[in-house]
Amino acid sequence: MFLINCPYCGERDQSEFSSGGEAHIVRPKQPTELSDDQWAEYLFMRKNIKGVQFERWNHTHGCRKWFNVVRDTSNDIIHAVYKMGEKPPVK
Amino acid sequence: MKNKYSIFSLIKNAFSYHENWQRAWRDPEPKKEYDAIIIGGGGHGLATAYYLAKKHSMTNIAVVEKGWIGGGNTGRNTTIIRSNYLWDASAGLYDHALKLWEGLSQELNYNVMFSQRGVMNLAHNLQDVRDLKRRTHANRLNGIDAVWLNTDEVKKFCPIINTSPEIRYPVLGGTLQRRAGTARHDAVAWGYARGADAMGVDIIQNCEVKGIKRNGDSLEGIETTKGFIKAKKIGVVTAGHSSVIANMVDLKLPLESKPLQALVSEPVKPIIDTVVMSNAVHAYVSQSDKGELVIGAGTDAYVSYTQRGSHDVVEGTLKAILELYPIFSRMKMLRQWGGIVDICPDASPIISKTHIKGLYFNCGWGTGGFKATPGSGDLFAHTIANDEPHKLNADFNINRFISGDLVDEHGAAAVAH
Repeated sequence: MFLINCPYCGERDQSEFSSGGEAHIVRPKQPTELSDDQWAEYLFMRKNIKGVQFERWNHTHGCRKWFNVVRDTSNDIIHAVYKMGEKPPVK
Repeated sequence: MKNKYSIFSLIKNAFSYHENWQRAWRDPEPKKEYDAIIIGGGGHGLATAYYLAKKHSMTNIAVVEKGWIGGGNTGRNTTIIRSNYLWDASAGLYDHALKLWEGLSQELNYNVMFSQRGVMNLAHNLQDVRDLKRRTHANRLNGIDAVWLNTDEVKKFCPIINTSPEIRYPVLGGTLQRRAGTARHDAVAWGYARGADAMGVDIIQNCEVKGIKRNGDSLEGIETTKGFIKAKKIGVVTAGHSSVIANMVDLKLPLESKPLQALVSEPVKPIIDTVVMSNAVHAYVSQSDKGELVIGAGTDAYVSYTQRGSHDVVEGTLKAILELYPIFSRMKMLRQWGGIVDICPDASPIISKTHIKGLYFNCGWGTGGFKATPGSGDLFAHTIANDEPHKLNADFNINRFISGDLVDEHGAAAVAH
């Protein structure tokens, strides 16, 4: 339970948002070329980091826009928020 | 077993005002080397060590635990035990565990207070009715007891449920597994710890694993806060922290760790003598022997290791509880807590070898691992001792995420995930 500073709407309660999981997982450019191992990696395998994690969030009950959040999963402190397409801040 | 617990030992110790009971397990310093190390001293890890010693004669083993025995998810769950899962693989796994539960207090010479008070799952809409009926049929084909109850039968079985058709999610019926029930969760950890210790297993508490040392594709041992410990075989059973250990060897797992909450009320006289779960509204409730209502809430929908959980999740659960049980409207809640659960995309566990020789993972139990504790330990011990899975956990390997042969228990398992 925490507040998220939506880059479009400002600070709102986390319950207004939906988590989209780990960010910057690139969709394969040539899906037909992929082996089963590579598909599993893309679809299922996650770092699931305890610590600072880059993730996607959607303001479901607000502007409904996607953006990225840098959050420490061990204490839920948010270090940065940035829009889709923007470069992730360095740690 | 060193000192058997019995009515006679109870009487004997009464004369010394119960001040001279022996320690249930030793508190050893780690040896330099073990044949196998289990990381994680929860119920599953201790059960694994117990069955490794008991069935596979591996007694030169250790369980290393970051905190203390019974302080993790073993002591944080809502103690529900059932085996009414839809798919054959899950039915085999969870009913194996349930059969072990039925003899566990005798096996361990430790009262785990296993109480087969039944678990009832409610249906609140037509799709629930169809799904739950289908599941009872599937259960019966797998030899698992399950019956369908209509609304009147639900009311008869648990009279305090509000079965009025006027409520937002009316009760349209439910399923009942009579062999299901509850157990005292920390007694399970203590019983397995005592049993494993008696066979020579070292249980090392307050010992956090900091790294896993490898030499090419083989294992050398673990770096811990109590120094380096050599071992050729390592079994990882660290629930919500499975990915933390996996990241030490650059192994990616299909897991996300989330806080799952539970809460208990003030103690009251016996009012509910079974376990009632409700999938659609996500509320489940039972009553502990102390008289507290034990209420399970949902998970937060994002990765977090914070062991607390959000208020809105609890609020949603309590709203549902109040509509189903208006009699609880003035109950006060005493305690609320969270535990970190590791959830697989198919909501089924992983009990598996890995591509690293000698490294085994038992994880992904998500929101429902407690019920499987004895079975999980037994099958994981078999997997570690033989370097091959038992036929009951063969389907629960890591490679299923590559082959696509998933055991999809989302919703199918009679509870929302």
